[in-house]
Amino acid sequence: MRGFRHTVTLAGGLVGSGLMSGCTGQQSALIPRGEDAAVQSTLFFVMLVGAVVLWLMLNGLFFYLTRVRPGAVPQRLANGMIIIGGLVVPAVLIGALLAWGLSILPDQQRSGDGLTIRVTGEQWWWRVEYWPEGAEAPIVSANEIRMPVGERVEFALGAKRVIHSFWIPALGGKMDMFPGRDTRVSLKATEPGVYRGQCAEFCGASHAWMAFAAEAMPPADFAAWLDHEASAAVAPSTPDAVAGAEIFAREGCGACHTVRGTDHIGQVGPDLTHVGARHTLGAGRLGATLEDFAAWISHTDELKPEVEMPAYGHLPEEEHRLLAAYLKGLQ
Amino acid sequence: MSEDDRPIPRKVSQADDLAPEGVYPPTEEMLSEPVPADLQKAQADRLRKAWVAPTGIRYVTAVNNSEVGVWYSMTAFAFMLIAGVMALIIRLQLAFPENDLISADRFNQLFTMHGSAMMFLFAVPIFEAIAILILPGFLSARDLPFPRLSAYGYWCFLIGGISVIGSVFVDAGPTAGWFMYPPLATQDEGIGSDIWLLGLSFIEVASIAAAVELIVGTLKCRPPGMRVNIMPLYAWYVLVVGGMILFAFPPLIAGDFLFELERSFDWPFFDPTRGGDPLLWQHLFWIFGHPEVYIVFLPSIAIAAMVVPTVAQRPIVGYSWIVLSAVGTGFLSFGLWVHHMFTTGLPSISLGFFSAASEAVVIPTGIQLFAFLATLMVGRVRVNLPMLWIAGGLAIFTAGGLTGVMLAMAPFDFQAHDSYFVVAHLHYTLFGGMVFPVIAGVYYFFPFARKKLLSERLGRIAFWLIFVGFNVTFLPMHWVGLLGMPRRIYTFPGGLGWDTVNLMSTIASFLIAAGFAVFAWDVIRPKTRQPQIPRNPWGGGTLEWTHDVPEELWGTRSIPYVTSRYPLWDDPKLLERLDSGRYYLPDAETVRRETMVTSVIDAKPLLIQKVTGPSWLPLLAAVFTGGAFIFPTFHVYPPAIASGAVALAIIILWLWRETSWPPEHEMRDAGLGLRLPNYAAGPNSVGWWAMWITMLGDATAFASVVFAFFYYWTSSADFPPVAMPDPDRALVGLAVVGLLLAWAATVSAAWLNARARVTAARAALIVAPVAAAGGAAALVLSVIGLSPSTHVYPAVMCALAIWVVVHAGVGIVMQLYCLAASVAGKMTPRHDADIQNVTLYWHFHLIAVLVTCAVMGLAPGVMR
Repeated sequence: MRGFRHTVTLAGGLVGSGLMSGCTGQQSALIPRGEDAAVQSTLFFVMLVGAVVLWLMLNGLFFYLTRVRPGAVPQRLANGMIIIGGLVVPAVLIGALLAWGLSILPDQQRSGDGLTIRVTGEQWWWRVEYWPEGAEAPIVSANEIRMPVGERVEFALGAKRVIHSFWIPALGGKMDMFPGRDTRVSLKATEPGVYRGQCAEFCGASHAWMAFAAEAMPPADFAAWLDHEASAAVAPSTPDAVAGAEIFAREGCGACHTVRGTDHIGQVGPDLTHVGARHTLGAGRLGATLEDFAAWISHTDELKPEVEMPAYGHLPEEEHRLLAAYLKGLQ
Repeated sequence: MSEDDRPIPRKVSQADDLAPEGVYPPTEEMLSEPVPADLQKAQADRLRKAWVAPTGIRYVTAVNNSEVGVWYSMTAFAFMLIAGVMALIIRLQLAFPENDLISADRFNQLFTMHGSAMMFLFAVPIFEAIAILILPGFLSARDLPFPRLSAYGYWCFLIGGISVIGSVFVDAGPTAGWFMYPPLATQDEGIGSDIWLLGLSFIEVASIAAAVELIVGTLKCRPPGMRVNIMPLYAWYVLVVGGMILFAFPPLIAGDFLFELERSFDWPFFDPTRGGDPLLWQHLFWIFGHPEVYIVFLPSIAIAAMVVPTVAQRPIVGYSWIVLSAVGTGFLSFGLWVHHMFTTGLPSISLGFFSAASEAVVIPTGIQLFAFLATLMVGRVRVNLPMLWIAGGLAIFTAGGLTGVMLAMAPFDFQAHDSYFVVAHLHYTLFGGMVFPVIAGVYYFFPFARKKLLSERLGRIAFWLIFVGFNVTFLPMHWVGLLGMPRRIYTFPGGLGWDTVNLMSTIASFLIAAGFAVFAWDVIRPKTRQPQIPRNPWGGGTLEWTHDVPEELWGTRSIPYVTSRYPLWDDPKLLERLDSGRYYLPDAETVRRETMVTSVIDAKPLLIQKVTGPSWLPLLAAVFTGGAFIFPTFHVYPPAIASGAVALAIIILWLWRETSWPPEHEMRDAGLGLRLPNYAAGPNSVGWWAMWITMLGDATAFASVVFAFFYYWTSSADFPPVAMPDPDRALVGLAVVGLLLAWAATVSAAWLNARARVTAARAALIVAPVAAAGGAAALVLSVIGLSPSTHVYPAVMCALAIWVVVHAGVGIVMQLYCLAASVAGKMTPRHDADIQNVTLYWHFHLIAVLVTCAVMGLAPGVMR
């Protein structure tokens, strides 16, 4: 495993893909890029300051009493301290915190401004459907979220087999995804960028590798992108890609994957119609270079323990390259 | 029987004519009268002989609290160390991004078992272990009322614990997390989840047994004069925590019951495709899981409440405030569970309510902490090693408490939930609120249990290693959590800002391990050349420090008359009188083990309670109970059933031989001019209280199953489903009639027996099991046509039927036991403890029967 690992874009795909400006912050709740995350971050820093002050006071008092050792104080004063310190001060502080904190409860259950994105947690990837306002059929994608900046987007969440949780820390809080039960969350990005989301509810062997890229785009770019996403797949244009398409068909990949505009209409795995245009591969497992495609196809099970897709390591290396060319060409 | 011919049946049970006789409370004159030296020696010899511990291989038959308590504590610590090593492997795996030291599956086994073992094999059992060890000392009781129950609980814990934790070593451990959320855990292949469910249910049963023992011990085994308002705070906390265990564990046991039915027989309680709901498990789990946090925390506060006054050399300030706060925390803790479910899409109104309720816990916790500070303020503080650990615990716990305040704010929790922020928070609360105070307790009480001091130097080294290691390991986790690192991931990609922090945590975790190694060595190192402690080495004021040095297994030489909270400080003559056998029960005339039972509120002497001695039966019963739980893990049921039957037979034998036989003498001298009965039935007896408390827990578990039924009704529009067949109403009706008759016959038997109509009572005891069996059979037949694997509705009906039928079966065994006891002369009109306890059982069972039959027979019609 160590051998081939150096040949692919390491780790979580977009980390190394250069799309991000401040890479280390792309999954941070403390560098908010959305309305809800900003409120939560403020709430955190205010509470943090309060907590540090209270901690210092309480432990300072304890240190003073046990180490500096003043003379014993009268019993009445001590009784008063129980009431002031244990009852009055906490009641006032907690009351104030609740009044403020709950009033700014960022109502992530609020409905969106129009676009609904339905996300279904699978083992261990994300089925994604875009439902623009009034749409009768969804635009199907997978393992990536794109959304317009400045618009509150509603996410309708579900899960196929086990519970997952949908979380893009830079944009806002998480929401669990259940089989047989709908949950909803809405998010509003305030700045364009590519952020990293990750499953936050333990969901089995590859829970660690269930991530995705979430790109907030200027509204016009988003509209253009969505139009393109709705279109059928482009035909393979290079000789390598044509050869790759044949291998794709020969190996029966279409039994699980859909490539719209072809005979491949499998529903088990992620839709691959525009897989070449995505930021990551394998639900945030790898980047999206040609080498990554080849590595994914040949070492699926090593990259993602217990994944349902079989590894095609038995194919000759050349065929991995051709398949990668075909898939990367699905822009 | 000639008694039957008597015209007016009159109650002759002994409570009426056998009451304590003589002087109580004792006068100062009586207390100051010296005891002749030769009498003292003769009494001490007899007591020593009665309490002698078995030796050699028979040592394992010991049941005395001083032995079982030590085994229990050491076992719990051993499990803690094993779970700690698992944590080290977890940390090593997370030291570097994309590390492949262990596989994902292995990692998932380890983190699941780390959490499960720390909670179920360490945190709760260590409370029970320490309480069994020291509570009788606080109360000057010779032992707890049911020593064999303690021993049985211990062996269950050992066997269950080894089978659960051992699964990881054979690569068959559970992998779905300590919270076992379905559908992940129900779909899980292999036996891991079954080991978790059955193994831990087994241990939960043992925990409840210990809780019953400790509650009854606190209520009924206090020394004369120790009214509830002067009992040591530790006893108050035991009472509160015991009560919490009684109401918190049963929902989980009910959940386990449903869960295992789903795993073994495919009954779809949590399967959304067949009407089930995975969220129901989350509710049941956290209704247990949140009180669990306080079940773990309060006993440790209890230790602090005993150490702090000793350190300050002053009585605790704010005793009543502390008691109220402890009780308040206990109640509040049952109203907070939803804060573990803030991200499940609940309505905002619920989020607000549970946010506020969660924050409210700050107040009782704050009062307890400030009461300790106040005590230190009024006293002359002498910082000793236990106090150092308490101080470290306070520093860590307050940080954990403050992050708890943050997490209780729902909007912030949306981000922090299931991230490393929570990992940091929970370790801060558990280390500060549990591990540090417990270690303080070990340093403080080690001389009580072993009559030697632990090393001051090693203690300080261990403290600083653990304190520094802990903070460096866990403080940065708050940060990395908010940088987006989720919990329970076996590895992570580099470049997200998580790398350095994780490496730092890993390195520092080995400091913690080094600290525990030093601590463990200090505890187990040979101390033969070390001098024994003087009596009361810390200068404490409570009764546990009256115990003799060198150790005497009788616990207390005589049971003192107590009038203050700190008798050793307030009564300078106490020790001398206690040692000379001036107080109660200074002798063991029959050379049997005995302790004194007093009244619940005022601790007035009620009777001399016989206490059971060494026996193989608890160990054997635990082995076979273990079989009944462990065989089903491997889906082999016949040996499980056989094993369960043997366990039941052993328990019956144990009860039959040792409990509630008519005494040789109805009344005996208890010392200080007081004569006490040697037999009690009904509310005066400890057995009746144990039954009451057990049934309260049982009723809670039953209520949880009924809750499941109504939960499906509220959460699903189509429940009960229109097209589904219902249980046969006529048969349900017949079941009610049969079981009602069984109840009535049992109650009549008790009534008749107490009025010396023995033959009629025996006849009623023949009718009762027949009626119960008929009722149970009707209930089985009423659901026999349902197919529980098709939908959750028939499944929940069948589960309710199973519950009632199993309980009816136990009830039948009890009725037959009473019948046999009556025939054998064990139960007489005067000595009717057995039938009184059985009647109490049937009262509870009747409620369960009526509720079940209403749900099965009436609810479907009303609800559709």
